[in-house]
Amino acid sequence: MSGFDTVTHAVYLACAVCFVLGLHLMTSPVTARRGNQLSAAGMLAAIATTVVVLARDGQATLLAAVTLTLGIAVGAVAGAVAAHRVKMTAMPQLVSVFNAVGGGAAALIAVGDAVAQSHSGDLAAEPVRVTLTTVLDVLIGGVTLSGSLVASGKLAGVLPGRPIAVPAGRWINLALALAVVAAGGAYLTGNGGLAVLCLVVAAALGIGVVMTLPIGGADMPVVISLLNAFTGTAVAMAGFVIGSTPLIIAGALVGAAGAILTKLMADAMNRSIGAIIAGGFGTGDENAGGPAA
Amino acid sequence: MTPLLFADITVFVLSLLVGFEVISKVPATLHTPLMSGANAIHGVVIVGVMLIAANTTTPVGYGLLLLAAAFAAMNVAGGYIVTDRMLAMFKARPAEQGVRS
Repeated sequence: MSGFDTVTHAVYLACAVCFVLGLHLMTSPVTARRGNQLSAAGMLAAIATTVVVLARDGQATLLAAVTLTLGIAVGAVAGAVAAHRVKMTAMPQLVSVFNAVGGGAAALIAVGDAVAQSHSGDLAAEPVRVTLTTVLDVLIGGVTLSGSLVASGKLAGVLPGRPIAVPAGRWINLALALAVVAAGGAYLTGNGGLAVLCLVVAAALGIGVVMTLPIGGADMPVVISLLNAFTGTAVAMAGFVIGSTPLIIAGALVGAAGAILTKLMADAMNRSIGAIIAGGFGTGDENAGGPAA
Repeated sequence: MTPLLFADITVFVLSLLVGFEVISKVPATLHTPLMSGANAIHGVVIVGVMLIAANTTTPVGYGLLLLAAAFAAMNVAGGYIVTDRMLAMFKARPAEQGVRS
């Protein structure tokens, strides 16, 4: 381990400490804002360190560097403007959109890694450690991306807030789940390559929609929190795919903390998470006077 | 299973436990800001996106990289700002009450 590696690993460790302490501070009203700022400081340090690592390695092509910079600039400006302009009442649906893109980014890391691998080497020769986490990452990330967008749409009123019964929803879910298992299994055993991975992506996106549509608007905050925990797990899986410890730590942290928070939120509403996922209750727009059908 | 993978799994499991423990009692008013704050933390995915840029050489790869970078940056920038806005108004309320009483 070179001196440079030691420093970068130490900074990543410090960032992880910032995330944990920041999250802890956020559980009390007095320290909450400081907690968020601490976690943001950790994030800036992690990003800055990664910039240095990339610059030092010099592996990335100029076009990749430009693409990365352009993407980050566009995303950061869009996110910052939306966060600044959003009305207080519309914040939950915006958080859901941020959650959706986070899950999408996690899934894209696995897909991007698979594309790079299929180009430079033999995708079928990838170890199970990579293929398994790739499938899990793409599955969880895909479900979060579409599920969070539907949840956001319901809260924003783009989609009706009432529970929307998907015709034969259970069978569609079963079919999609089987498709994930079949395609995922094929990918794990080194068959099919990118094509079956795309099939997993498509099925995961479908599951997210079918899962979220039957849930009423009033339950949406709990669902967003659950999908938030999903994204954390997807990010941790992305960390396994590319072998990045900060992603594994922060992803697992958010996955677990998000799960506990989801339970707390459901308890506060006197609802069980199982009943919420089953859907069909809590329309959230009863007062809007819209017909139920 | 390599020792390196095992080290990663150890980190994963221990981080899960830390995540479970770090959230204990949270007043209901803080549920949404906390959710938003946790949402911002998984914006660390941007580090992963930056790392895959090093292996990106194909046109499809550049497209995926652009999309992933925009997604991750939106998550991290927007996440922290919106959480801060939520907490800012949360903090203003007890202070106002303090002045009145």
